[in-house]
Amino acid sequence: MKNTKVIELEEVAIRFSGDSGDGMQLTGTLFSDTSALLGNDISTFPDYPSEIRAPQGTVGGVSGFQVQFGKKKITTPGDLAHVLVAMNPAALKANAAYMNPGGTIIFDVDSFSEKNFEKAQFKTNDPFTELKLNDYSLIPVPITSLTKESLKELELDNKSILRCKNMFALGLICWMFDRPLDYIEGFIQKKFGKKNPLVAEANLCVVHAGYNYGMNLQHMTPQYIVHPAPIEKGIYRNVNGNLATAWGLLAAAEKSGLELFIGSYPITPATDILQALAERKDLGVKSFQAEDEIAGICTTIGAAFAGDLAVTSTSGPGFALKSEALGLSVMAELPIVVVNVQRGGPSTGLPTKTEQSDLLQTLYGRNGESPVVVLAASTPSDCFYYAFLSAKIALERMVPVVLLTDGFLGNGSEPWRVPTMSELPPITPRKAKNPETYLPYNRDPETLAREWAIPGMEGFEHRVGGLEKNNAGGVNQDPDNHQRNSEIRAAKVEKVVEMIPELEVAGEPEGDLLVIGWGGTYGHMISSVLAMQAAGKKVSLAHFNYIKPLPKNTAEVFSKFKKIVVCELNMGQFASYLRDKLPDFKYNQVNKMKGLPFSVHELVENFDKLLEA
Amino acid sequence: MTKFNYTAKDFKSAAEVRWCPGCGDYAIMNAVQKTMADMDIAHKDFAVISGIGCSSRFPYYMSTYGFHTIHGRAAAIASGVKSANPALTVWVMTGDGDSLAIGGNHFIHLVRRNINLNLVLFNNKIYGLTKGQYSPTSDRGKITKTSPFGTIEDSFVPGQLVLGSRGTFFARAVDNNIKHTQEVLAEAALHKGTSVVEVLQNCVIFNDGIHEHISDPKFRAERQLFLKKGQPMIFGEQEDKGLILENGRLKVVKIGESGITLKDILIHEPAEDNLGLQVALINMALPEFPVAMGVIRSVAAPVYDQEMQKQIETVQKTRKITCMDDLLQSGNTWTVEGENCDEPVKFFDNKCFG
Repeated sequence: MKNTKVIELEEVAIRFSGDSGDGMQLTGTLFSDTSALLGNDISTFPDYPSEIRAPQGTVGGVSGFQVQFGKKKITTPGDLAHVLVAMNPAALKANAAYMNPGGTIIFDVDSFSEKNFEKAQFKTNDPFTELKLNDYSLIPVPITSLTKESLKELELDNKSILRCKNMFALGLICWMFDRPLDYIEGFIQKKFGKKNPLVAEANLCVVHAGYNYGMNLQHMTPQYIVHPAPIEKGIYRNVNGNLATAWGLLAAAEKSGLELFIGSYPITPATDILQALAERKDLGVKSFQAEDEIAGICTTIGAAFAGDLAVTSTSGPGFALKSEALGLSVMAELPIVVVNVQRGGPSTGLPTKTEQSDLLQTLYGRNGESPVVVLAASTPSDCFYYAFLSAKIALERMVPVVLLTDGFLGNGSEPWRVPTMSELPPITPRKAKNPETYLPYNRDPETLAREWAIPGMEGFEHRVGGLEKNNAGGVNQDPDNHQRNSEIRAAKVEKVVEMIPELEVAGEPEGDLLVIGWGGTYGHMISSVLAMQAAGKKVSLAHFNYIKPLPKNTAEVFSKFKKIVVCELNMGQFASYLRDKLPDFKYNQVNKMKGLPFSVHELVENFDKLLEA
Repeated sequence: MTKFNYTAKDFKSAAEVRWCPGCGDYAIMNAVQKTMADMDIAHKDFAVISGIGCSSRFPYYMSTYGFHTIHGRAAAIASGVKSANPALTVWVMTGDGDSLAIGGNHFIHLVRRNINLNLVLFNNKIYGLTKGQYSPTSDRGKITKTSPFGTIEDSFVPGQLVLGSRGTFFARAVDNNIKHTQEVLAEAALHKGTSVVEVLQNCVIFNDGIHEHISDPKFRAERQLFLKKGQPMIFGEQEDKGLILENGRLKVVKIGESGITLKDILIHEPAEDNLGLQVALINMALPEFPVAMGVIRSVAAPVYDQEMQKQIETVQKTRKITCMDDLLQSGNTWTVEGENCDEPVKFFDNKCFG
């Protein structure tokens, strides 16, 4: 190992980048899993184009995957990458702006040809000068030709050979970061071993070739060491937000003793939830791929009427289509969970990019006075708990609950200490008990929740519907009745406040600046606030998971700070909501509409400015 | 011997029925209630689902479980009800606007999936609840409040739409023929899969007499052909007219004329997968043809809700994951332990949940 430049680091961000057909998502995922298994804490950020296949070699077709890992708690995938793997000039161009100054760039020199410079719209044949990257650590590796060379003994066609290129890069990076290859070998065997042994052999051969290349040419390649993170003991797995959401709903079904029904329509970036649940026939999931978004929620409402834990998953445009039916579940008071994995809007917007711009749609986007409970998850893994809790609230309070996540949470992953089911609180659905006294809209005086009687239960036959009703479920359009019912439906949602914890502050309970965030920005918010605190600033974070109702002590928390700033990936929707609910405070705003997460750097810069002002 | 000895009355609710006097819906409701009583299935297991429109008030007038939903969505909501609990007997009450306009997509996909429920399509060729606008079954040129100069579009033929959606059961009846409507509903109830029964229904206020040329009892025998399984397709006061196929097309012939005998008349086989002939029967219109009544198509096919249950049972027979704890600890997991590790903070302890 002599001659090797060994760098010991607290945390490193690597970005794998290439054509959308180059297998960068797989490469990134395998590297992340390997790092997590070694005991590093990780956070990942897949960034891929919405086009299925943009023209090869163009900037529009670049697919990236960033992972940050380290020996301490990692809360974001990193603003800027320390190491970039660029499979072609377009990947270099697309990512140059997201590099740590002086970082390392490994590039496939074989693909840095005049033709590809042209496709990536470089003006010269020297992309590094053009992008001002000359003082970076540039490592040209003939990835394509070495891949070909290492597979020349195998009888593989050229296309299959080229598809192994990503494994060369993966092997090389594994050497650089001192990762063993056993997990990756196991994965390749499992994926191709039986089906296509030749492809398995080729991938194994190339990943080793990449690893050995790093070892052999160590004079030019720095090697990094990142020690494992000291974390809580337990059993861990790597999980993304969509999978965690699906599993949280499954856990709620098991806890409540109900069967799980999901009626959904495929939509980016929420489809993985439907897929993850469709896979779980072993746990009895009834998955219904509906003909459209409306049928997705309508079958869900039907299943709730029939007594299942019924959920539907979607993203912004689909949520818009579900609005009328969501109003029906408000009126009929049926327990459903709607998961909205937010993406950039309006209209089709930025399907694969993250945003928090569906908040006001969720709160207010229905006809009539139509209150629902709104929760927001804040990390990929806590999607599990907030999905579970959404179901608990829906079933115990007979109210629709909307869970907001977003593309960043849904696709991003992190290691998660998996709980046992015994760690989760009970869920007690409000099944009706006494047919003699049953009326569908009789309520618990405390919670205002009605009882749930399900077709098949003898003696409870009743009607519900979308028309304003009396206690028996019959139509009643009497003026006082409508006034009373409107107030009850609103109060029922407000009373959920008793089920949720008080707002906690990260940092001192009083100070110069209270930073407010909600939902999927948590990682970047906490990182930036910790950075401020480390610099001696009196800054604390209040991050919201409970949007409607707001935690009881919200105003009290706000009152202890000189300034408040609300940060969100929209034009100020949560800030507007807070101005409406708690008008006594002045809310500064940091907003971003780029389809990207915040960077810690930009948040810190904004907070500093506010403190100086 | 029946198990429950229900009568139609057992299915009536106490709610005051508020359809217009003389509305065809009354007769249809009586037929449905009688059919349900005869089905001899526990009252608690019925669920009646409707959308929006005059006919969709139906659930309130029934004493069963009922759900009056939103415009066009009854088929989707009922699909969820039946998939969630296949043990229920689910009926959908809907109209031509509800199912063929705003709810068209759910209607065709319900039929395509073949979910085991019964759908009664009240076809009065008009929007009644909104007081008289044309519907997707209004005939071309129809003058209504939204087509003061006549419509410039062709109408759906509901049966065509059902068969085009690979429907397994389609029948037709007329509201003023309660006995026949009931016979048809009884067959629909027995069908395994989605049954669609189109009932030609009179809207006494906004489209009075729209079906009269067909439904007038005086001309019933001449203008309606009552199809019966395994029987020749004959009609007429004297039962002397019938249908034959000539050059691939249906033709009305008179038995005893031009050498035609009863043997030449087509035999109705609704259980045969004979889409061409069944669509031809559906398309028959006055004055050239009588209008086909009864069960036109009733074929066997896999039923969605049963397939869903079967798939779950099959997977569960060889499952490795039997509960959430199994799932949570399956696949790629690793264990973190050692002296410098903290005790885990449990989410719900941390967040003070009861």
